[in-house]
Amino acid sequence: MKAVRYLALSIAAVFFLLPFYLIVRNGLATEAEITAQDWTLFPDSLRWENVGELFADPAVPILRSLVNSTVVAVLQTAGQLLFCSLAGYGLARIPYRHANKVFYAVVATLMIPAAVTFVPTFVVVSTLGWVSDLRGLVIPGLFSGFTAFLFRQYFRNFPRELEEAARIDGLGHWGTYWRVVVPNSLGFFAALGVIAFLTSWNQFLWPLVIAQDQDSWTVQVALSVFLTAQSVNVHELFLAAAVSILPLVVVFLVLQRFLVRGVTETGIKG
Amino acid sequence: MTRSNTRAFWLFVGPFAVGLLAFVYVPIGWSVVLSFFDARNTVTPTDFVGLDNYADMLGDTAFLRSLGTFSAFAVFIVPLTAVLSLALALLVNQITVMQAFFRSVFFLPTACSYVVASLVWKLSIFNGVRYGLANTVLGWFGADPIAWTASTDPPWYWLVLVTLRLWLQLGFYMVLFIAGLQRIPRHLYEAAWIDGAKPGWQTLRHITLPQLRTTTVAVLLLNLVAAYQAFDEFYNVLGTARGYPPFARPPLVYLYYTSLGSGGQDFGHGSAGAVLLALLIAAVTLAQGKVITR
Repeated sequence: MKAVRYLALSIAAVFFLLPFYLIVRNGLATEAEITAQDWTLFPDSLRWENVGELFADPAVPILRSLVNSTVVAVLQTAGQLLFCSLAGYGLARIPYRHANKVFYAVVATLMIPAAVTFVPTFVVVSTLGWVSDLRGLVIPGLFSGFTAFLFRQYFRNFPRELEEAARIDGLGHWGTYWRVVVPNSLGFFAALGVIAFLTSWNQFLWPLVIAQDQDSWTVQVALSVFLTAQSVNVHELFLAAAVSILPLVVVFLVLQRFLVRGVTETGIKG
Repeated sequence: MTRSNTRAFWLFVGPFAVGLLAFVYVPIGWSVVLSFFDARNTVTPTDFVGLDNYADMLGDTAFLRSLGTFSAFAVFIVPLTAVLSLALALLVNQITVMQAFFRSVFFLPTACSYVVASLVWKLSIFNGVRYGLANTVLGWFGADPIAWTASTDPPWYWLVLVTLRLWLQLGFYMVLFIAGLQRIPRHLYEAAWIDGAKPGWQTLRHITLPQLRTTTVAVLLLNLVAAYQAFDEFYNVLGTARGYPPFARPPLVYLYYTSLGSGGQDFGHGSAGAVLLALLIAAVTLAQGKVITR
């Protein structure tokens, strides 16, 4: 029985890892090998020169798009954590007459996923003149009602004694938040931060809509343009894909603990 | 004290509230307005058309077909994801040696984007020519190669799209199920064994599955909402230099080509479509809230 389990898991694992292997295999193969009549699992030799050629190819804006993706993902993660956690704390802990109304206005936005409203958001963002602009890529994604909601739920269960001790030491709301609450909540911040980074790096529809000039493409848009329209060397495309997932695989392996926590927090409690 | 609390409240919540207003409420409000106007290539239209845009959308067979496409996709992807991710979770949860390894392997695709997965599925695995991986395997059994993504009869592209999404999201839902499994109190199983239940099918059916009810409902609904928003893999797998084929357009793909596609920017119809899709999903979300809190 045990052996059957491990056999089933191993077969499944091969299927799950195969696509990753194919990305690397195709990326480091020659064009002739990829299109060869007889499919081979292992190419004759790994052409590491492909990497240099990819970054030197002026037709493929890989470096620029990687920089764009990095800037967008970092700013979006930091901004979302900042704005949503502040809002979540205010809603959870600061007594205010209309706090409930504000909370309902936040929760109401959870009914409609942001992707469904990409046309309306594009209308507003283009009016602001943010098409093909870093601001257009980053700012609309900062104000996630869902993230603010999760922070509120989390802060409601934050031990009050810690906050009261800070109050006695003469700290106001602001001081309590930064000196006591945040330092004691880093695990939760990390969990939502990893999710935000992953989501931002991998998002496609919004960058496709808003990043219209080549200079503003994120790496997902760049890959998609070559995948759906322009012809390009297949091995270059796969290599670019490999380069694009490398940072995420590193984030994944190093911060998997937080990612698992983030998935359970966002999945179950959502 | 109340005044200083009011100030503190807005210090914390204000920036977020302004952002939410500007990038969620204003777009939706503006969109509702635009949906009553003829707004081609303009966002400040003057030509009021009443409900014409809505009538056009509801009368457009392509719009209704996009809902059909979503339904067909959901019929495959939602149950398959639930069953397979539960199976993976049960398997991973039962082993002790290499548990972390297997969990990581199945979870790893979560780090991959739909664009990259589309690339692998379209150009490597389900490449329609003889040297594609799937066709190579078919060749071993003497079968003819299949034009996977271009074949509508039978619609093989569904196999491509469904397997792609399964690969990408199974690990995510597996993690949810594992968390659910670990919340089941151990004494329930012990009591069942004392009562003579055999470990395996009996405890699975009478303890594990009922205890996982909340998780299962969450997985099904999350999945349904995610399928509703499917865009990335459809766009990248089926889109070519010649454009997107007339079939297999889920709602967001349809909306993308209607409002921002090559035919110019038509914000009137696009907004009406967005409003209709938002109303539909809001209705589903409200219904799900009723189901969960019941």
